[in-house]
Amino acid sequence: MWDYTEKVREHFLNPRNVGDIPDADAVGEVGSLACGDALKLYIKLDDAKERIVDAKFQTFGCASAIASSSALTEIIKGKTLDEALATTNQEIADFLGGLPEEKMHCSVMGQEALEVAIAKYRGGPVPTHHDHGHEEVEPGEIVCKCFGLTDTFLKKVIAANKLTTAEQVTHFTKAGGACGGCIPKIKELISEVLGAQPTEERKKPEKLTNLRKMQLIQETLEKEIRPLLWADGGDLELVDISGSEVQIAFRKACAGCASSGNTAKFVELKLRDLVADDIVVQEVEG
Amino acid sequence: MKEIYMDNNATTKVDEAVFEEMRPYFCDLYGNPSSMHFFGGQVQKKVDEARNRVANLLGASPEEIVFTACGTESDNAAIRSAIEVHPERRHIITTRVEHPAVLTLCRNLSKRGYRVTELNVDGEGRLDLNELRAAVDEDTAIVSVMWANNETGVVFPIEEVGKIVKEKGKGAFFHTDAVQAVGKIPINMAASTVDMLSISGHKLHAPKGIGVLYVRKGVPFRPFMVGGHQEHNRRAGTENTAAIIALGKACELAGQWMEDENTRVKAMRDRLQTTLLELIPRSRINGGQAERLPNTLSIAFEFVEGEAILMLLSEKGICASSGSACTSGSLEPSHVLRAMGVPFTCAHGSIRFSLSRFNTDEDIETIIRELPPVVRRLREMSPFGREFLNA
Ligand code: FES
Repeated sequence: MWDYTEKVREHFLNPRNVGDIPDADAVGEVGSLACGDALKLYIKLDDAKERIVDAKFQTFGCASAIASSSALTEIIKGKTLDEALATTNQEIADFLGGLPEEKMHCSVMGQEALEVAIAKYRGGPVPTHHDHGHEEVEPGEIVCKCFGLTDTFLKKVIAANKLTTAEQVTHFTKAGGACGGCIPKIKELISEVLGAQPTEERKKPEKLTNLRKMQLIQETLEKEIRPLLWADGGDLELVDISGSEVQIAFRKACAGCASSGNTAKFVELKLRDLVADDIVVQEVEG
Repeated sequence: MKEIYMDNNATTKVDEAVFEEMRPYFCDLYGNPSSMHFFGGQVQKKVDEARNRVANLLGASPEEIVFTACGTESDNAAIRSAIEVHPERRHIITTRVEHPAVLTLCRNLSKRGYRVTELNVDGEGRLDLNELRAAVDEDTAIVSVMWANNETGVVFPIEEVGKIVKEKGKGAFFHTDAVQAVGKIPINMAASTVDMLSISGHKLHAPKGIGVLYVRKGVPFRPFMVGGHQEHNRRAGTENTAAIIALGKACELAGQWMEDENTRVKAMRDRLQTTLLELIPRSRINGGQAERLPNTLSIAFEFVEGEAILMLLSEKGICASSGSACTSGSLEPSHVLRAMGVPFTCAHGSIRFSLSRFNTDEDIETIIRELPPVVRRLREMSPFGREFLNA
């Protein structure tokens, strides 16, 4: 049973603003039956076409999807379009006193529907979301085939919510939640988005003595790589270093994981990035 | 609020009589059955009695019963033993709809170089025996096929499967995870082709933390729990005596209640099924055309999502389970419904009711009264449901 807050329960049992607005100024739709959740948001503006005077929703989804939709309509009523646009998924979650992390994608869905509605109303480009069917203006590359999510979208969510593990990305966007085939790519996106900061301070050194190189490899594994693996229930052990060849053995969830080959590649890229270009990572039994 | 418990495929209530049977073995008769003194001896006697009772329910002999900690352990023990006994054979056969206790292990083994065949099921959850026939060969170490599915209740033709395994596998072992079947449908190991069979106590009104692996006499077995000599060297570790004694009693009772399960309980399930289908448009039974356990009903409602239904039912005191993913933390509908090709429109809105002998007609009446408005309410809220309701 999910540990929902009283507020989530309350908004699920008595959702506010359910229904449609026949003469709505803006309508935003995201999600699909196949995805397991979908939201259709209706917005009515005042005569000056500035402020939201009414908002209603229809949601197909679990309790937190319904509660998030209810929360969203409450949050945006009375706001101008620009103010409403500034709403983040975190605000929706906060309004409800928090959501279990596994359910954060419900709050993301609310934020998306709002963006779509306003973009459509303004006639500007409609943002790419995982509701298959909107014309895509920032097409990006589909990373998660199961849920049709692009790298552009995933990077945005990773950055906005400061996500550091693939599991978190799944909880926030569903990407990786089905076949799992996209997880290595998601991990790359995370290091791309977040790696941008830490690697700023840690530039690859120009020239290295053998001893220093070994130290640096160890350091990078300890500080940069293993924590990422721990977060997914995995681990690795350094078995040997000879010249530029680094031998590692996977432990815990990484041992025997189907995508350990990808993880090894990721380790290699990271080491090349932070230590030296010629590093070759080898996965060994041990 | 009276609670109505219809989630018995997840776990069951410990029968009061079972509890009374085990109670003395905590604080009074706490001896170790392996001890040489009278104090341990009286516990040993009671463990032997339990072994007999379990054997009776299965139509097996007591030496074929190995007590374990749970169904998962039994499944693991069976499969791991088979591949150790047959180190030269590198092929394992199972089904796409197995419980994770089997499926996860097989998938892990496939990463260690085993060839794993996962047999498909049709839209009603039935196995294709021709696919099995084509898959088994002399490289097959073990075939592990569940007796009855936990989500849909679909029963597999275990004896036919066994015949194929024996005929084509030439020495391949045949294991069945019978966790959902034992106590619900008659099982007779004496006349069976099954080599190993798993049971879990808490699915038949014994406590959690006790299981059984049946190992046919003459079937070579390599334990993966080693240490002491308990269970004839097949499972080391001090026996969980109180739970074993409880399981013995639970098996005795299951035998006595079997008829009730297949008449009264089945009738309640059928009434629930027919009435819900009548009252709720666009609903369907998962595995409805296949042979099913008498207690299980997996029903799908289009345009709504399972967790939302469950939570609204829970408000009314009704406990069921969802075949959709949201409750389990993963995001896709259950692997069983996906393997059956249940359309996404239904799979997300699937609910499982699993009854037991403790359910009453009144429980059924309550669900029939409470569920249709819940589905209607959620459909009115759902963009797809509204389109359908307006159409
Ligand atoms: S591709 Fe992302 S979960 Fe399957």
